[in-house]
Parts: sequence; structure tokens; C-alpha cells
Amino acid sequence: MTVILAEIPYWGQSLLRVLGGLVAVLLPAGTIVYVFLFKMMSFMQSRLGPMEAGPYGSMQLFAEVGKWLQKEDIVPDRADARIFKMAPIIVLVSTFLLVAVVPFGPDAWFTDFETGIFYALAVSSISVLGILIAGWSSANKYSLLGGLRAAGQLIAYELPMVLAVIGVVIQAGTMNLQKIVVAQNSGSMFGIDAVGHPYVISQFIGFIIFMIAIQAELTQAPFDMPIAESELVSGYMTEYSGFRFLIFFIGEFATAGVFAMIASVLFLGGWGVPFAWFGWTSIDDIDNWMNFAGPLIMFTKMMLLVFIIMWIRFSYPRLREDQLQRFAWKGLIPVALGNIAVTSILKVVF
Amino acid sequence: MIAQNIGFWIIALMMIGAALRVVTTNNVVHAALWLVVVLSGAAGQYILLAAEFVAITQVLVYIGAVMVLFLFGTMLTRARIGAESDLNNSYKKLGIPVGLIMLVAMGLALTDSFGDERLPESATVVSTQEISDQIFGPYLLPFWALSFVLLAAVVGAIVLARKD
Repeated sequence: MTVILAEIPYWGQSLLRVLGGLVAVLLPAGTIVYVFLFKMMSFMQSRLGPMEAGPYGSMQLFAEVGKWLQKEDIVPDRADARIFKMAPIIVLVSTFLLVAVVPFGPDAWFTDFETGIFYALAVSSISVLGILIAGWSSANKYSLLGGLRAAGQLIAYELPMVLAVIGVVIQAGTMNLQKIVVAQNSGSMFGIDAVGHPYVISQFIGFIIFMIAIQAELTQAPFDMPIAESELVSGYMTEYSGFRFLIFFIGEFATAGVFAMIASVLFLGGWGVPFAWFGWTSIDDIDNWMNFAGPLIMFTKMMLLVFIIMWIRFSYPRLREDQLQRFAWKGLIPVALGNIAVTSILKVVF
Repeated sequence: MIAQNIGFWIIALMMIGAALRVVTTNNVVHAALWLVVVLSGAAGQYILLAAEFVAITQVLVYIGAVMVLFLFGTMLTRARIGAESDLNNSYKKLGIPVGLIMLVAMGLALTDSFGDERLPESATVVSTQEISDQIFGPYLLPFWALSFVLLAAVVGAIVLARKD
């Protein structure tokens, strides 16, 4: 892979990376919407879901996108038009910036950032800005309330997310996502090499906190206060229609996919399988086919984690606003701080 | 270094323009958003200086937290849509000289301490590990003092917010 890339000029490589980023964001988003939102939810509610467009309704998504694209792009009369139009794009840009650090194979990455996970946490916080100004610029009290709720919730749950990641960083001794993957797959548990050392086992508390926090960051039920349809119509998205609504919609599920990828990198070993299976000892030994198998392994792990997120989304009722804040500040954050303390003590002792 | 210089000037001009808009715009949310442009420009300059850790911290702290709280606060209290007439007041005569004095003072301080020193041609990215070794080694005491100040601020905020 590196050899192939070395022969392509710099602009060609950059173009390939941009295309790869588009695929890495849009393909999971489409798959998540079809498999989970259309089909899994329908089966859980004892119905078939979309069946008309394409075999087994698989082309439904294209029909939906076509429908949204041809709708009129309505801007409310008293809205702040420029900011109203900008807001969904900020949300989507945050997702694209996020995918840039996710490694998909030994050489299949977009950027090999030394402070990868720190960067990911930083750019994921940009989307709050987009949601907040979407709510404000709509000139609608429901939108404003939704935007404010979203900002309060995203700030509250960003903290446990960051604190849960610190446990992994302490254990791996690096913030580079690629090295975190290698550390998990080349490690061993209880002297058995064949299982590697996925941090989902040794950082189980961190994993649970991280999954709860991303459920809230993605504003999926039971944390969907910002778009609570029975109270706020549709929260900060109320006034959006046509392709701007589509951008919010894609952004929601693309971010779900990217967060699940980051969770799988941090806790499930990312693109890798335990290196002991094929007798590899370091990242340099890995065969080239891993660059093609890696993305598939990653995709499988991502789908597993998104399945859990969606399962909870379709099963639990919505939390109340005060319960939601109390859960973050009095429940998750103290537990996450305790997890950091225990992890660092154990790291020093062993 | 020529590519970095071009990048520097593009970002610097963008920052100056956005900074002027912060003080001249007559909508408080617009001012906050122009400030976001200024702050992300600063993050861009840090990346040009090969200080990626500082750049990411800039994004995380200033754009992700401080500006969101700014917007949150103004939206809860007084952010109206459209122009506000009472946003620009008569302190311009005081503000412009103060700004110029600050610029001169900072410029003098920088040229005084660095002079004609140049960045090495092959500037390597300072790894985060080196920064943390510095913070938790020679600069441990200032770091503790800073944490203490922050803790005091948090306790103060709680005391102010408590009703009982």
C-alpha cells in the first residue's frame, strides 16, 4: 500500500484521501439507516418496514434522498438567513474532520496523528456550535429551547467521554489511535496471546461510560431531549426542510458511525485481529492483505456497536432534563474519575 | 519556508478581518461567531508553527467550550435576531488607543525577546510527550498553582449559584 501510494503525486494522494473520507462517512451512514432505522426498528415493532423500492426495500434510502433533494429550501421569514444556512454544514464538517484520524489498516489511514484521540475529542465538540446556532437562527422558540438543551447535554456528556478515554490512554501509553490498535492486538491476557488484549475487558467501566456518553452525544433516545417531539416539535431541526434537513439527518447517523469506529478502535482492537493468530510481532510484519481486510473488520465491529446504540434507542423511554443532567454530573463523572485513579494506580504497580 | 509564509499571511489577514467584524457588527451572536473565526485562525497559525498539541487545545478549549458557553449565555439572556442599535457605544475613543498600546507593547516584547531569531528550517513537530515531560517536570509548581486557581474558581461558582 505504501509502495503503491509513493508513486502517486501528492495531489493525487490528497484526492484519494478525500474520496476515501467521503466513503468512510457516507457508506456507514447509509448502512446504519437502512439496516437499523428501517429494518431493525420495524422488526422490533412487528412490521416489515420499507419493501417497495428495490429488493427488500434496499433502495428506499435513494428514494428518500431524492425526495429531500427536490423539496423547497425554506428559510423562515424572520430567521437569520446566512447563519440558518450555515449551521447544518458546520455539523457535517465536524463529522468529516472526525473521520480523518480513524485508522482502517496498517497503512490504510488518512492521517497518522500523534495526538489522534485528543484531536478527535476536540473536533467532535465543534458540532455543538452548529446545533446551537441552528436553534438560535431559526427564530422559533421551540428551536431555541432545543438548541439550548442540546448544548447543555453535549457539554455535560463530553466530560465523561473524555475521562473514559483517559483510562485507555494511560493503559496504552499513547494518544495515537494506530498505536492504541497495535497495543491491543499485540498484547496478551493472562499469558494467552491468542486473545490479544482488547481494552473492553480491562477498561470495562471506561467502555460502559464511553458508550453511554456517545449515546448522549449522538442525542439518541433515551437522551433525545433536544429533539423531543412531544415537547419541542423537532427541537433545533424544526424549521429545516429539504436538503438542509437531509444534511442534519446524514450528520446524525454518520457521526454515529464514526463514534462507533472510534469506540471500536479504543476498546475492541480497531481494524486488527490478535497478531498472534498469524505470528506477527509488530506492525511492520503485517501482511499487505490486512489493508483490505482491516476496513472490513472495522466495519463489522462498528456495526456491532451501532447495533447496541440503536437497540437501546428503540427500547428505552426518554429521560427528563434534570434526570439527564444529574446522571452525567453525579453518576458518570465521579465513576469516570474513579476509573482514572484506579487505572493509573494499577499501571504504576504492574 | 515560503509555503508557510503564504499560509501565515492568508490566515493572518483573515483573522484581522474577522477581528474587525467582531467589534463592528451590530448583532451579538454574529460577533461571537466572528470571534470563532479569529480563534480558529489562531489554531491554524499554531499548526503552521508545528505546535499541534497547542492547536488542538485551542480548538477544544476555546471553540468547543468557551465559545459554546458564550453563545449559550447570550442566547439564554438577550440574543435577538437582526441588528441591535445599542450594541456599539461611545467607548471607541478609549478602546482604539488602548488596542494600539497593547499592540505596540506586545510587538516590543516579542521583538525584544526573540529579535532576529528564526525557526529552524526543518522544524520537527514537538511531541506531546515532550510537552508533558516539561509540565510534570520543571514546571510542576506553576501547573499546580494553576489547578489551584481553577479549583478556587469552580468552588466560587458553586457558592454563587447555590440558593440556600
